[in-house]
Amino acid sequence: MVAETSKNISVTIRVWRQPATDQPGKFVDYPAKDLNPNMSLLEMLDVVNDQLERIGEDPIAFAHDCREGICGTCSLVIDGKPHGPHHGVASCQTYMRSFEDNSIITIEPFRAKPFPVIKDLISDRSAFDKIQQAGGFISIRTGSAQDANATPIPKEVADLAMDAAQCIGCGACVAACKNASAMLFVSAKVSQLGLLPQGQPERDTRVLNMVAKMDELGFGSCTNQYECSAACPKLISHDFIARMNRDYIAASFRSAFKPTPAAGSGGGA
Amino acid sequence: MSLIGNLFTSSIGRKFIMAITGLVLVGFVFGHLVGNLQIFLSPDHINGYAHFLQGLGPALWLVRLVLLATVALHIWAAVVLTLESRAARGPNDYGVKKWLHATWASRAMRWSGVIVFFFILYHLAHFTLGIADHENFKSNFNWTMQHDAKELGITLAKQGEGVHDVYSMIFIGFQNPIVSIFYIIATSLLSVHLLHGIESLFQTIGWRNGTWACCLRKAVTGLVVLYFLGNLIIPGAILTGIAEPAAGSAAALKAAGQSVTAPAAHN
Repeated sequence: MVAETSKNISVTIRVWRQPATDQPGKFVDYPAKDLNPNMSLLEMLDVVNDQLERIGEDPIAFAHDCREGICGTCSLVIDGKPHGPHHGVASCQTYMRSFEDNSIITIEPFRAKPFPVIKDLISDRSAFDKIQQAGGFISIRTGSAQDANATPIPKEVADLAMDAAQCIGCGACVAACKNASAMLFVSAKVSQLGLLPQGQPERDTRVLNMVAKMDELGFGSCTNQYECSAACPKLISHDFIARMNRDYIAASFRSAFKPTPAAGSGGGA
Repeated sequence: MSLIGNLFTSSIGRKFIMAITGLVLVGFVFGHLVGNLQIFLSPDHINGYAHFLQGLGPALWLVRLVLLATVALHIWAAVVLTLESRAARGPNDYGVKKWLHATWASRAMRWSGVIVFFFILYHLAHFTLGIADHENFKSNFNWTMQHDAKELGITLAKQGEGVHDVYSMIFIGFQNPIVSIFYIIATSLLSVHLLHGIESLFQTIGWRNGTWACCLRKAVTGLVVLYFLGNLIIPGAILTGIAEPAAGSAAALKAAGQSVTAPAAHN
């Protein structure tokens, strides 16, 4: 699978080209010749775009930012797997040495109804922001800084919350899921706060509201096949989905059976 | 936010309905198999057991209605979730598709479920309603109880009582290769369905994590293999002639080319 790192390689890229959201798209083949095998896949796209611009063609639009695997902006499905052939790696950290010389590399955008393609390989993932706005936060006490150790948290709980907080919100879980389900993302966001004491006051409303928003935006449901965690560049575990399911059902019961508040007049009926 | 609303309209709520109804149905199919394995004992056992169940009257109908409602909810949740999930991919599907982690059983859920549904319809028409193969339906054969049939201290049928000969109906039914092979294929698919389904319901309810996922998979696989073998052995043993009908049963008389006694009137 991995080519020698010293010899330059040539590949053909089969890229999804779509001028705009409401226009049809198609695959177009482009040659990418004499590439340094140690360049990243995104750098290869830069090279191809340079050539396209020279001959007056529209360059391939693709999303990228940090190019070091932490921002979650890159969003390519490479040969049928979000973020390419490796495990726990984003598209930007996929290198040309991972591909065979003279191979055809198919590059597509993340596809989901709530992630409409804006252009070519760029999907609009603002649906994730809407889910975050529905409850992916905690209300904090402002004012003077709290004493550093005022809220003791066991190490294993902090570690687990940090595992969930590794999520960079790239959307690979949605892209990999045959149902375009966002449960891995939502479960990570629900758990990173729900595991910590600071997240407790809004724990129930958070999971109820975030799941309601996820459903409203048109993401699919989970069939427990775990394609999401297999594609996740941060290796978020699908155990968080089980945790979210439990949390959601429990929150539904708790909110249904909480004591009815006293009448507006202050009680005494 | 209402509980019923959450259960029936949210994705996780519907999955929860799918899991709980699935659990009930798993309980039913295992109990059903254990009951059916009495075919390898004397006809008194399965005929007395069937006579007892038939005699439950309103209680029998209550159980039947609960099971029907359970199946209906299970299928409803499956259909609604599948349609939503299909729509969620959006206008264009991937040019290259690749499975990363999904088990083969999980990929077969939808079509194995559909085939099992049609099998259940046939199974009810065959052994419960007597629409398919009416000539060999249990009510056309009579069995006189040789001994009292007792189970867990409850008398199921008394000695000398005339009951429907379920034993012969099953034997004659499974002596037909097409019927037997269809039953074997359908129960194999049901086993595949259970292989993913039982494991999956633990994840949906939230009773699964990486620590005991391995044990869970082994336990589910073991259980499903037992279920598969149990279902294979009934039509398999009858079709191959390893199991022969007990002397005096309608199935044995029929196999010997003799006329079968007319059903006795009994209530």
